[in-house]
Amino acid sequence: MKEILDFIGGNMDMIYIIILSIFLGIEVISNVPAILHTPLMSGANAIHGVVIIGAIIVMGEAEPTNYLALGLGLTAVIMGTLNVVGGFVVTNRMLQMFQKKVKK
Amino acid sequence: MGQHILHIAYLIASITFILGLKMLSNPKTAKRGNMIAAVGMVLGIFATIFLYRDSVHHHHLGNKLWIFGGILIGTIIGWLMAMKVKMTAMPQMVSFFNGMGGACAAIISIVEFGRLNENATGLDGIMNGTTLVILLGVLIGCVSFAGSIIAYLKLEGKMGDKSLPLQQFVNVTLMAGSIALIWYIMSRESADQTLLYALVALSLVYGVLFVLPIGGADMPVVISLLNSFTGMAAAFGGFLYHNSAMLTGGILVGSAGTILTVLMCKAMNRSLLNVILGSFGGGNAAAGEREIGGSIREISLNDAAVLCNYSTKVMIVPGYGLAVAQAQHTCHELEKTLTANGVEVKYAIHPVAGRMPGHMNVLLAEADVSYDKLLEMEVANEDFDAVDVVLVIGANDVVNPAAKTDPASPIYGMPILNVEESKNVIVFKRGMAKGYAGIENELFYHDKTRMLFGDAKSSLEKLVSEVKSL
Repeated sequence: MKEILDFIGGNMDMIYIIILSIFLGIEVISNVPAILHTPLMSGANAIHGVVIIGAIIVMGEAEPTNYLALGLGLTAVIMGTLNVVGGFVVTNRMLQMFQKKVKK
Repeated sequence: MGQHILHIAYLIASITFILGLKMLSNPKTAKRGNMIAAVGMVLGIFATIFLYRDSVHHHHLGNKLWIFGGILIGTIIGWLMAMKVKMTAMPQMVSFFNGMGGACAAIISIVEFGRLNENATGLDGIMNGTTLVILLGVLIGCVSFAGSIIAYLKLEGKMGDKSLPLQQFVNVTLMAGSIALIWYIMSRESADQTLLYALVALSLVYGVLFVLPIGGADMPVVISLLNSFTGMAAAFGGFLYHNSAMLTGGILVGSAGTILTVLMCKAMNRSLLNVILGSFGGGNAAAGEREIGGSIREISLNDAAVLCNYSTKVMIVPGYGLAVAQAQHTCHELEKTLTANGVEVKYAIHPVAGRMPGHMNVLLAEADVSYDKLLEMEVANEDFDAVDVVLVIGANDVVNPAAKTDPASPIYGMPILNVEESKNVIVFKRGMAKGYAGIENELFYHDKTRMLFGDAKSSLEKLVSEVKSL
């Protein structure tokens, strides 16, 4: 019990961020028209690619001789980059088609 | 100084994610929203590489060559894949990138688990919040990775729907086993790598078995759900590093993704629990085999052309088959030809036409079909009784009357396009194969229905030239 209370007490700022972000996430997309569901999902997919920051930290803190950690870190960085770059580029491609229409 | 700049960079990144998501939900601002979020992401990444210092020794990050190497490789591969993929294959591409994010989150947690012993005070073992966050990151990251890759393979057609005997029992057992294992790992005195790998294996197997039996029409829901899983896994990473950008980004996607999943379920009139527990299509084979009376009647191209050309109002119902045949451009040409001859042509878009909600709109936008010609389901359904001809092109489940009439059907209760209310229905179909949900469609046997067999693209091309020669 004490551990749980300590954990919550010690991370109060992050718990606030989490709670507020949950409501923000719901609020921000609740009025999305059906036509944008696919691009929105793809865009959200790119945004969770932010996990790459963690991969960079893992990689950067690894001992230069610890090849297991380096290998895992490199894999994580590559995968995270795939998520970010692929996600944003695919979303952009989808939205470009809509853009063309609006101009006409 | 550097630390403050780093935190400001994270703050800006978080704001761009929120703004980006907000702008993505409006057609006018969507493209800019995506760009803004991307800029925030790049800022966050470079700020981390150059400004981040660890909390114990305050060292800058090392191994920069490795980091840039990894980013370079990932960028090239990701860019090529994203630029080359066809618009029809978009859902599985999203699923693949999602799986990469999940794996990335899992690896971070695995490495951090190995470092638990270095930081442990020794007295109270590893029964603490940090360990729990790490282990949950491993669990959710692995499930998301394995599930997304299975979803990717299934949508690519490289793997069929399979379901084990006692599937639900096995899944629940695996889930309970993973949670019990997490508890056991935490109750040990020190971080045990072997047990961690057991958890990795268990979560991977669970991820595979979770998606394996889920078939056809439910796939978009699963991808969206896995998307929000990865968001959560990313947030666990943010919690671990006290990193506000990862935290906000991850949680935002986690909650927005969950809402999007619920919206998709609503569009198909299915409950989320049903999607997860019940295997769609597979379990209802008996209903699918139901005998349907009546006979199939074909129509010749010439008759079809005459019928369309002398109608006042034509409604096109596009489905995934249209996209697979890459017929959206030809379809647009038919629409233009008919419009030039004085026929009013509209498109009726079912919310889950294609393989993801909104997928069909993306495909038709690619073919230059104008926005105001696309009718949403509710609007279209009010219109059908005034329509002379409905052209059902490569769609099946979204026009299946069994959704209204047959309680035993797996799609029973899903709102559909009531095409049979119009005067004539022409169904473009490759053959008598069943739709994605794997069930018979009695619409094809309806009195008003005529079938036009063949590849959607070549049928449409021929129809266009027939109409032009009239």
